[in-house]
Amino acid sequence: MKTILFIIQKEFKQIFRDKSMLQLIFILPILQLLILSNAATFDVKNIAITFVDNNQSRESRELISAFDASTYFNVTESYFSENKAIEEMQKGKTDIIVNIPVNFNRNLQKDKKGSISVNINAIDAATAGVENVYVTQIVSAYNKNIQIQSKYISENKEVEQNIMVIPSFWYNNTLNYKTFMVPGILVLLVTMLTLFLSSMNIVREKELGTLEQINVTPIKKYQFIIGKLFPFWVLGLVILTVGLIISKVVFNVPMLGNILLVYGFTSIYLLLILGFGLFISNHTETQQQAMFIAWFFMVIFILMSGLFTPIESMPKWAQNITLLNPIRYFVEFIRMVLLKGSGFVEVLNNLLIVFGFAVVVNGLAVWSYKKTN
Amino acid sequence: MNEEKIIQVENLTKKFGDFTAVKGITFDVYKGEIFGFLGANGAGKTTAMKMLIGISNPTSGKANVAGFDVLSQSEMVKKSIGYMSQKFSMYDDLTIKENITFFGGIYGLSRKQIKQKITQLVEELELQEVINNLVGSLPLGWKQKLSFSVALLHEPKIVFLDEPTGGVDPITRRQFWEMIYTQAYKGTTIFVTTHYMDEAEYCDRVSIMVDGAIEALDSPKKLKEQFQVDSMNDVFLKLARNIE
Repeated sequence: MKTILFIIQKEFKQIFRDKSMLQLIFILPILQLLILSNAATFDVKNIAITFVDNNQSRESRELISAFDASTYFNVTESYFSENKAIEEMQKGKTDIIVNIPVNFNRNLQKDKKGSISVNINAIDAATAGVENVYVTQIVSAYNKNIQIQSKYISENKEVEQNIMVIPSFWYNNTLNYKTFMVPGILVLLVTMLTLFLSSMNIVREKELGTLEQINVTPIKKYQFIIGKLFPFWVLGLVILTVGLIISKVVFNVPMLGNILLVYGFTSIYLLLILGFGLFISNHTETQQQAMFIAWFFMVIFILMSGLFTPIESMPKWAQNITLLNPIRYFVEFIRMVLLKGSGFVEVLNNLLIVFGFAVVVNGLAVWSYKKTN
Repeated sequence: MNEEKIIQVENLTKKFGDFTAVKGITFDVYKGEIFGFLGANGAGKTTAMKMLIGISNPTSGKANVAGFDVLSQSEMVKKSIGYMSQKFSMYDDLTIKENITFFGGIYGLSRKQIKQKITQLVEELELQEVINNLVGSLPLGWKQKLSFSVALLHEPKIVFLDEPTGGVDPITRRQFWEMIYTQAYKGTTIFVTTHYMDEAEYCDRVSIMVDGAIEALDSPKKLKEQFQVDSMNDVFLKLARNIE
């Protein structure tokens, strides 16, 4: 125990000595949290919409002003010619063209049925889907009797589509994406920071030659490893704390569940990540190698975590891979606890899995750390 | 001189794949002597030494250091020895005091013992001015003296020095060897590798390794007689030439 304290003391001294590194450790994650949380949103805003108003009636103008009043749409000029409007879309100046036919108001009055055609730039299919829903909402709010014929335009191809209403998008109007994304991004930052720092740490001592000096001392493997990893474990929890404060103060993320549960889970989760970092460190000779490997896993972990794309929509084999992804369990956990207020029993499954992984990974790490070659 | 054998090496061999770096060397080192372990670059000195200090497992053969087998009791060996690597291996971003505290700590010294050691070292090495300076800012000669002192912190029976004086001026080397003598006088066995043949003259006995095997082993005086030359330098050259 005494020996471990000497190592911990030394590690903290080294961390705090390198002031520029210390700033990076704290400032970068905070910046990333602030920037990414604002950027990683599925909200579609400032949609440029162009009307080809062939009708020029009170009704058609009312419809246009309904769009104008919405915060989601910017109504650009109303062109008379459809060709000219399409030209604008080609230039990227408009996202949606709404064509109001000549007899729009007459049909609406006479047959109680009007129709407009909507062309949507669908190079980004997800955005186009959301835009279509918005258009449908505004039109039906104005008059339920108007029928919409949507067309998605992707590059030069025109793909005829039926009106597609994706129910999940409806609720996005009220759901704040940030509260959904912030906890997940916080998980990423905590993971990235601790994984990179721990995977670089021991390999750095290898490069400097100090590891050899340590290996000729009678220090026990477990003493060295605990002493080495403990400071990063603390650092991980500090970053979590800073991140949670920012989530609350800046993004007003609801924290419905027990915050102690979050700390308990993170404590175990960090053991897993640190053990993994140590494992990487043991199998590499230079910091560059360690960095490459850490990044390789990090990219897979991030993209397959369910943070940006739902796991349910991945192919089955990819879903199976995500079962090995620690970030997946943490993202799931933190969303459950913070946003849904889940308790210990509901998250027990995630907790046990992460605990199991931590045991296995640390076992491997301790086993692969050899004082004698 | 004491006749008690503190290092016994028998047929010690290390292979890396097809390459045999150390070819079944056999020798003894007596307690309290300064044992010079010479050889050209790549002769296998460092590999042999790494087996003796318990960080490299021998492929075959046996070695007993301070009463413990290097293969099965390497951690016990490590308690009894000090080691100074040819590459400076203290933490540049820590001060002298912090380095001493750390290495003292992992050798199991108490805080009180470490404090005493620091006081003692400050006096001996005249570190008053620099004790709180970062080690990285020290000149090489000082770093080496410091490494040597740190290798002795836990008062080991044997200290292994791997080219301890590489790259420093003759005066500093001289001072360094005075430190070695002082320590040997206190009863510590010194196992030292070097490239400098004048340093070989300071040793009680030297072995000369060529291509992984020990080609000569005796006191400098007897070696000079044996090869009928005036200096260790010539002994070394003659041996190397004969092999070719």
